[in-house]
Amino acid sequence: KSSVQTIGEEQIQNPYTELLVLKGHQDIVRFLVQIDDYRFASAGDDGIIFLWNAQTGEKLFELYGHTHKITAIAPFSSSDTSEEQTHLILTASADRTVIVWDCTSGRQVQKVSCFHSTVKCLTVLQRLDVWLSGGSDLCVWNRKLDLLCKTSHLTDAGISALVELPRNCVAAAVGKELIIFRLMTSNDGSEGWNILEVKRLVDHQDNILSLVSVNDLTFVTGSHVGELIVWDALDWTKQASECNFWDSSVHPDVQPEIKLSQSRNETSVQHLTSDEECVFAAVGKGIYVYNLQMRRVIACQRTAHDSSVLHIEKLPNRQLISCSEDGSVRIWELREKQQLPAEPVPTGFFNMWGFGRANRQASQAAKKMQENTPMYFLELVGDLIGHSSAVQMFLYFGELGLATCSADHLIILWKDGERESRLRSLTLFQKLAQNGDLQIR
Amino acid sequence: MISAPDVVAFTREEELEDELYSEPPLPEEYSVPLFPFASHGANPWAKVASSKFTRDFILISEFSEQVGPQPLLTIPDDTKVSGTFDLNYFSLRIMSVDYQASFVGHPPGSAYPKLNFVEDSKVVLGDSKEGAFAYVHHLTLYDLEARGFVRPFCMAYISADEHKIMQQFQELSAEFSKASECLKTGNRKAFANELEKKLKDLDYTRTVLHNETEIQKKANDKGYYTTQAIEKANELASVEKSIIEHQDLLKQIRSYPYRKLKESDFHPYEPERALDQANAACDQDLTTSDLAEPGETHLYAHVPSYTPKLIKAKSAKCFDKKLKTLEELCDIYFFTQTLDQLQQIERTFRGDMCYLLTDQISRALLKQQSVTNFLFEDASFLDEKPPEKQYRGCQGLSQDAIDRKCLEEFPAPKVIISLGSYKSSVECVPIKMEQEIEDSQEPKMTESITFEHQENLDYLDADIKGSISSGESIEVLGTEKSASGLTKSESQASLPISPSPQVVRSKVGSRRTVSEDSIEVLSTCPSESLIPEDFKASYPSAINEEPYVDDEEGGLHFASKLNLDNTDEQGDISKQENLVQVDSACCIGKESPNFLEPLPDLGQKPCDEDGVVRIPPQPYRQAEQGLRGSFGGFPSRDGISGGLLPYELDSRYLTGSREVSKSSLDECSDSTSYISSAASTCSDRTPSPAHPACQESERHKKKAGQNALRFIRQYPFAHPAIYSLLSGRTLIVLGEEEAIVKKLVTALSIFVPNCGIYAKPVKHWVTSPLHVVDFQKWKLIGLQRMVSPAGVNVLHALSRYSRYVSILDADSKTLRCPLYKGTLVSRLADHRTQIKRGSTYYMHVQSILTQLCSKAFLFTFCHHLHLPISEREPEESVVNRRMNFLKLQLGLANEDIKIVQHLAELLKMQYIQEPGQGVNPLLRFDYVPSFLYKI
Repeated sequence: KSSVQTIGEEQIQNPYTELLVLKGHQDIVRFLVQIDDYRFASAGDDGIIFLWNAQTGEKLFELYGHTHKITAIAPFSSSDTSEEQTHLILTASADRTVIVWDCTSGRQVQKVSCFHSTVKCLTVLQRLDVWLSGGSDLCVWNRKLDLLCKTSHLTDAGISALVELPRNCVAAAVGKELIIFRLMTSNDGSEGWNILEVKRLVDHQDNILSLVSVNDLTFVTGSHVGELIVWDALDWTKQASECNFWDSSVHPDVQPEIKLSQSRNETSVQHLTSDEECVFAAVGKGIYVYNLQMRRVIACQRTAHDSSVLHIEKLPNRQLISCSEDGSVRIWELREKQQLPAEPVPTGFFNMWGFGRANRQASQAAKKMQENTPMYFLELVGDLIGHSSAVQMFLYFGELGLATCSADHLIILWKDGERESRLRSLTLFQKLAQNGDLQIR
Repeated sequence: MISAPDVVAFTREEELEDELYSEPPLPEEYSVPLFPFASHGANPWAKVASSKFTRDFILISEFSEQVGPQPLLTIPDDTKVSGTFDLNYFSLRIMSVDYQASFVGHPPGSAYPKLNFVEDSKVVLGDSKEGAFAYVHHLTLYDLEARGFVRPFCMAYISADEHKIMQQFQELSAEFSKASECLKTGNRKAFANELEKKLKDLDYTRTVLHNETEIQKKANDKGYYTTQAIEKANELASVEKSIIEHQDLLKQIRSYPYRKLKESDFHPYEPERALDQANAACDQDLTTSDLAEPGETHLYAHVPSYTPKLIKAKSAKCFDKKLKTLEELCDIYFFTQTLDQLQQIERTFRGDMCYLLTDQISRALLKQQSVTNFLFEDASFLDEKPPEKQYRGCQGLSQDAIDRKCLEEFPAPKVIISLGSYKSSVECVPIKMEQEIEDSQEPKMTESITFEHQENLDYLDADIKGSISSGESIEVLGTEKSASGLTKSESQASLPISPSPQVVRSKVGSRRTVSEDSIEVLSTCPSESLIPEDFKASYPSAINEEPYVDDEEGGLHFASKLNLDNTDEQGDISKQENLVQVDSACCIGKESPNFLEPLPDLGQKPCDEDGVVRIPPQPYRQAEQGLRGSFGGFPSRDGISGGLLPYELDSRYLTGSREVSKSSLDECSDSTSYISSAASTCSDRTPSPAHPACQESERHKKKAGQNALRFIRQYPFAHPAIYSLLSGRTLIVLGEEEAIVKKLVTALSIFVPNCGIYAKPVKHWVTSPLHVVDFQKWKLIGLQRMVSPAGVNVLHALSRYSRYVSILDADSKTLRCPLYKGTLVSRLADHRTQIKRGSTYYMHVQSILTQLCSKAFLFTFCHHLHLPISEREPEESVVNRRMNFLKLQLGLANEDIKIVQHLAELLKMQYIQEPGQGVNPLLRFDYVPSFLYKI
């Protein structure tokens, strides 16, 4: 039977008791991006970009311009150029164009179509007021969409991920390699920039799938074979690495699992996110919490979902949300283990089922890891079931709720029913006052 | 209904009295408490004792120029209907009152015959000998072959219940006017056709005659004309004259719509149902293009080709020719339309008076509940437009009055007062609803549950006696004005001085004539008296007008007395009421001026110190009182139970019904009792014929009620299922057989609250796997269980989304849904209920749901239950207050709270919805465990 933890129908801690289905897309919705406090954009394989109001679920704009599926999307807001904030979004598509859209008017601002390959990632360097597009090469653009500089052709496969590093540096994941580029003002013009390759890091054994900046000093990469490497952001040296996610021996708090079923896909680091202390990794079907200071995995849920976890995000309140190909979204809470360190009981009784067979390695590891460090575990506090197909991504809007997008062409807004009810009451009484119905007649 | 007149007709006064007095009375403790006036032997049905027909019907008669008044047809078209009632005799009666001697022919000074466009006249007739009272609608149709081109007809609604005719006069008048307009439109069309044919004939005849004359001219070269030739020439001349005359007539008939449009209160008949192309085009011409160019219309262009005939010089003798039938006189489409309309009228009005009134009152009241009525009421009903708008000329007084009353501060009983004599019967409405189960032919039953004021009865007796003494007299009890006359005298009775100018005017206007031939026209139309003189000229009055005399007072004696009664009962309030009535009486024919004006003295109410704000979102006093009662210091329980939660009343009503139905279990059965037949039940509740969909919905209601009754009896887990629906959790009825599933869905649909004013969120039959979007849209779904692989998907989807749905398995008779421990649903769906009929149960459900709505309304619109009183107040205290209110003030337990909360959310969403944009359908749900129920 399935080893996935289930929570049942009673979910006291799950605040999402109201949902709103947003229809519009005609194909897989892959990207959600927040524009400001209440708006977000969605894009996917149908090449259309929708702007939504996260509070009301109202569709604000439908942006048509791309002829192929969207491959990357990035918000590009600027507050410094003029007194009023302009919200732009950049979208890259398989039709080898990048379009800049104005979110206030819903109009296309500009379109760039001089790419030789599909742009797979977009990064905005807010500080320098430039943006970068990564395809088979890396280009640097300014706000007016002038090409400032570009690298030479790097690879056919293209840059899969980009992350901004301190000192005007960027890390680009190109296949197994991680290339560090530095932007420098060119000598001739004031507007001119040059981009230089500074370093190539070849520590990964397989394609780098995820790249995340933790703080000014560190960033983390994850690869397809389940390697997680922590890098120093200043001198680009390897600080730590974790490469045995599939190996249960590393994790004392988890009953060992037979490795037979492990395929590569199940160990690939699909997505990374972090807060100041920890890096949260979506590895295969599981979720792992890696503590940067302790340099080890402090908690994990090896089978958090029925299939690959696609996106993971940390909420402020020690909670974690993950979404998966199985169509569900789950809310986890990172809790300190209450048990005594002397009793190596596995986290969550749920993991006991199906993991019955202990092997030698495991028992050894268990003994080895009997250190008296605080132990954590991930507790499932709620799951959101609404999509009928893989949930590609989600966007946490704090109080406003949670937006999830899926391969079933839908976006679902999950909301706190209590809060919504209160808000409706507020609106109701405002409207009553407005209509003058409050006066006693 | 107990009081269906068809049944009532069997109850003879004497028999009843005999029975009453012959039987020894039961000991006090065993007897059903009698109503106050019952000891006097009051029998409210005595007045109809002498009628010879079993039920109301519509009679169409003609004053034939050949044979005199004759009945043409009755609706319903059944000889049993009229029974021993002499239709011929009654036709004579009703036709003889047609005093609008429509003048048609050659007016002096005019070369051509003129068509007179005569207004319909509307009178009320009473024939006490026959025990028949009738609303009579006279109209004239055009017939080229008839004398003066007109044929007088009349349509009469005949009932044994005088008060029905009197009080429903406005409604009857409006409906009959519609039917009449339809008939006349068809007639004009047919007449124009006929004229065209005649013109062609004449033209042809002229050509033939002309040719003949030419031939004769050529043939005889003697230089002088033979007598034959002269004859021919004369004939030709007369044909030519005839052509000109007919052309003129054609022009006149075609210009009719234009002429009428200039008059403000003309409403061209617009068919409501789908028209075939030709008719549609025609009708459009009628209403629009005619306005633009009246002279040259192609109005009746769709005439099939016609081969002209030669017209003989001398037409047949008047009495030899066969006059056209009514059907021939009218375009067939319009004729059938008219018949449909008349049938609809018959269905609408055939029920008992109190039923009609109750229906009207509840409609009027429901309309007032604009905030909550969308939840459980019919969408079709809510869309309904008030009839006043369409017929400004004959504004419905009673409807109007009801509306106004409702808008005034007075709750239901007040409304009833304004309806005069039916106060008592309306008051016992709840019992009557139950009573529907009964076969009301049993006189004792009827007796025990209904009563009327003694005065009322006295009056009736006197009235009947009086008219009997006058022999073969027909009494025209009153026409349109009578209503106003009634109110006037009422006001005079209870208020010493009320000499408003309007009253005076109405008095002057309400003339009546006493003619020697024992035809008494008690009063005439107010509209007539109010219309300008020149307009009036088209109604040549054949009867002398005389001022009111004592007869009128006799006729109104009853009303005033009753009113005095009310005054005693109601004290000061009725004074105010009477003031209002004066107003309403004066405003007939006008837009009521103070329709929405709130009463001034309601305005000043000090705000409570404890910071509680009372919010009456609508100017209902009732709701406001409720708010106040529940807020102004929470302890005031009676404020709630009195104003809002009539538990006591409700329980009484339920127990009463139980007893009642037990006692007559044997006599009644759904199938045998005449009144319980489908048609009758439907018709009783049928709203105005302007909404043909309603009848369908009535039938649906009945069916749904029956199925629901069956459901709650069959399934022990009906309560959690109904709870699911009321709390907004989608219920899926799963089954292999479509019919069974659909039946269950229909049954359960009466518990589904609407999300908006549109259709119910019910999907009767689905075969594909469900998705989360479906739960957002539908709250009750019938789902097909299949054995095929596709079926696996369906079930998979169900288990995946199981947290959003309750599943009722119709095949294995199981229910999977959350636990219900509340008390509300058990009142709604008691499996031991004694209610037997679907429509009764439906009404029972409606009444409880309405109570529920009022709770939800109260909960929704109490400001401090949702928002903090002060800014610093923590959210928890608001939540506490809210829960306290729900539990203590509204008396809700456990899951009942969720029902009210759900309804409140629906109310909020409906209220805050901006008119432009549609509601974004939300799916609200709870994370609660489900349980499996089995039989």
